[in-house]
Amino acid sequence: MKLIIATIRPDKLNDVLEALYRAEVRGLTASRVMGHGGETERVENYRGTTVKMGLQEKVRLEIGVSEPFVKVTVDAILKAARTGEVGDGKVFVVDVEQVHRIRTGERDEAAVTPTVPVGV
Amino acid sequence: MTPIPLLPFLQDAAPAAPAVLAADTAWMLVATALVLLMTPALAFFYGGLVRSKNSLNTMMMSFVALGAVGLLWAVVGYSLAFSEGSAWLGGVGNALLAGVGVEAKGTIPHILFMAYQGTFAIITAALISGAVVERMRFGPYVAFIVLWTLAVYVPVAHWVWGGGWLMTRGVLDFAGGTVVHINAGISALVAALVLGGRKDFGRQAILPHNVPFVLLGAGLLWFGWFGFNGGSALAAGELASVAFVNTFLAPMATLCVWALLDHFRTGHVTAVGGATGIVVGLVAITPAAGYVSPMSAIALGALAALPSYFVIVFRARTRLDDSLDVFAGHGVGGLTGALLTGVFASKVWNAAGNDGLLAGNPGQLGLQALGAGVSVLYAGTMTFVILKLLGLVVALRPDARTEGVGMDITQHGEEAYSSGEGSILVMPSESTPLVEPLAPAMPQPTAR
Repeated sequence: MKLIIATIRPDKLNDVLEALYRAEVRGLTASRVMGHGGETERVENYRGTTVKMGLQEKVRLEIGVSEPFVKVTVDAILKAARTGEVGDGKVFVVDVEQVHRIRTGERDEAAVTPTVPVGV
Repeated sequence: MTPIPLLPFLQDAAPAAPAVLAADTAWMLVATALVLLMTPALAFFYGGLVRSKNSLNTMMMSFVALGAVGLLWAVVGYSLAFSEGSAWLGGVGNALLAGVGVEAKGTIPHILFMAYQGTFAIITAALISGAVVERMRFGPYVAFIVLWTLAVYVPVAHWVWGGGWLMTRGVLDFAGGTVVHINAGISALVAALVLGGRKDFGRQAILPHNVPFVLLGAGLLWFGWFGFNGGSALAAGELASVAFVNTFLAPMATLCVWALLDHFRTGHVTAVGGATGIVVGLVAITPAAGYVSPMSAIALGALAALPSYFVIVFRARTRLDDSLDVFAGHGVGGLTGALLTGVFASKVWNAAGNDGLLAGNPGQLGLQALGAGVSVLYAGTMTFVILKLLGLVVALRPDARTEGVGMDITQHGEEAYSSGEGSILVMPSESTPLVEPLAPAMPQPTAR
């Protein structure tokens, strides 16, 4: 199994969720994070104070998937999160040593169901 | 407001020159401040209903009217609406406030009358913004409300209040059901159609980001509305009290009926629904406030909940992105109020008004329909023309990417809820471009 960590634009979150749903990927964690992906810094003004916003709002998705699901998940994110401009984000695929499902005690592949993507 | 303003001194048959009365002036000073407060109140009402990334832009759409429309009013708007002219438009005799001094207008100083009327022009323009939030560029929006005030608000205010043709025909509009609410409501509908929906509309749920703001705004609107309706008597005394109490009672009835409708439809009484019900009740009682009995006001408020409620439910199922339901609230609420004024009006409560249907004068209902219909046709057409012409010169909407990032950052270079994390202070010595646009504006997409 793999852990897929994706950092995306907040305004692309709905598109990505929709793409993941269509790809039958179930179960994920999303968090609001701040990040910087090399995009032009945004300048904001508050009365006399001018600031460059070095960090942008991003959304981080963490998805544990079984091997057959790695490619469909990554593809879905790549397609749905892309605008073509600097700052679209990254997808990391990380090896996972163990996965446990708390409710049932199942572990590893059984804990990241379904094990076979639809249409494969 | 119709013939009533002049009532106190019309009754003085003596040909003595009209004088400024201190009591009336005191009330109207307060009423003017109350109505001015309604525009920031509206900013909270609308600001709470949008997503956080667009909340400052939405609130600024109301606040900017305080500046732009308010100044326009002093420069030329007041004169074109209220100075001597034809049946269609006032003159330029009071342009740049020439001849607007402390002499009596009714029983209050002329300058106070001008300021009081100015607060109405400001909030009417701001009302429209609810239909175009989250997707209209700020510059073109400001240009729009300025042109709209000149081309729509000013003439209609003249027709109904400034001695124009609807006033002489006897259309009853105590505090602006037609001039303010039907006008703004129908213009909002047309503006939403011309601009097209938000890019996310109908694709994902777009939820209010701060419901307490919505309740705060509704509460402050009600507070300010006592000046709006009570002040439309243009004097302290009996008539102001009738209008004040009707403004007190009608939204209570609307709120109760709205809560029941909410309960039967969804199983819950909702806060956003309650806030909306209050505003609809206030809108509906506006044209009737000084012409009907308190019990009629309760009936009017209760009845007014029904059409607006069902238009809101229906609108959400269509592709029409009148984002904050300005048409359902102000257009439909205003129409209901204008027509019900023709039903409930009674000379017992205002001798200067007229009897309505229930008092045996069905003709008044026809007159009310005429006033409302004229306003719908004129405001709708003019809004369409203004936005289409403006759209030829500038892009009304930003590109989809800018809309996705949010209007606060892209239009104002500010965030409503900034943590400050990761921000780098720019010292004054460093030369930084003040504006760093994210993306150039794209041509306006055609309406969906």
